[in-house]
Amino acid sequence: MKAHLTRRYRFSASHRLHCDAMSAAENARVYGKCNNPHGHGHNYMLEVTVSGSVDESTGMVCNLADLDGFVEREILERFDHQNLNCLPEFQSAVPTTENLCIETYRILERGFRHAHLEKVRFEETMMNSFEYAGGAEPHH
Amino acid sequence: MVYLTRRAEFSAAHYYHNPELSAEENRRIFGKCNNPNGHGHNYTLEVTVRGGVDPRSGFVVDLKELKGVLHREVLDAMDHHFLNKEVPEFLTRIPTTENIAITIWQRLAPKLKQAQLHRVRVYETADLFVDFYGEP
Repeated sequence: MKAHLTRRYRFSASHRLHCDAMSAAENARVYGKCNNPHGHGHNYMLEVTVSGSVDESTGMVCNLADLDGFVEREILERFDHQNLNCLPEFQSAVPTTENLCIETYRILERGFRHAHLEKVRFEETMMNSFEYAGGAEPHH
Repeated sequence: MVYLTRRAEFSAAHYYHNPELSAEENRRIFGKCNNPNGHGHNYTLEVTVRGGVDPRSGFVVDLKELKGVLHREVLDAMDHHFLNKEVPEFLTRIPTTENIAITIWQRLAPKLKQAQLHRVRVYETADLFVDFYGEP
C-alpha cells in the first residue's frame, strides 16, 4: 500500500533580494526591506514529502536514516548558516523562498533514490510558506 | 464537496522488529527503535472525511458520530497501550508510523456511513508524519 511520509528540518540563513537586471529604484520598489544591501536572515522550516509502497519487511516507505542522512549532507550542510547570495546556486537566481524551494526539490530529485519525491514545502516565517512539486499539483 | 478534519491524540509504546531477519539486521535497519523493551510517543491523529453538506443539518458528518467511531475503533485500542503486544494488527505487522496510518484507515473506513474517509494523517513527532489516502 502506498503512503506519504513527511519530515521537517530547520536551518538558518541570510539573503538579500536583489535583481541586477532592475534599476536601484525598481529593486527598492519590488523587494522593499528585503533589498537592504547588508542582507537579513530567517529560520527556515523545510518539509520534505516522499511516497512509495510500504515495504512489508520493514513497514517503511523508506528508512528515515537514509532521508535524514541525505538532507543533512546535501541540503542542510549547503544552506545552514550561510549567506544564500554567496552560493553558486544563487549566482543567477534571486534567493527568494520560491527559488530556494525549487533548488531544494531539484537536489532531492537528482540524488535521493530511496523513495519517490512528492513535494518540498518551505516556511520562511510563520506567516508565509511555499510548495513545489516539480510542476505536478501537490497532494493535499 | 467539503473536507472536515478531526484531530485526536494518543500515547503508546512500540518497537520495530522483524522476526524473519537476524538480530544484527534488525539492529542495522531499525537502530534505536529495535529495543525490545519498547519506547513511546505522543501521537497526533488527523482524520479527514469528505462529502456533500446535508441541506437539513448543514453537516458533512455528525461530529458526535465521528468522535464515537474514533474512540471505539482507535483510541480505546491504542491509547496507553503497547502496540506490538496489545493491538491485534501489530502482532504480525511492524507498528511503524506508516502501518499505524494504514491500520487506522482500515479500522475507520468500514464504520463511516455518512461521509467518505479521505485521509488519515499520523504524527509520530511534530517533525515526522505519514499520510494514507487508502491507495493500494
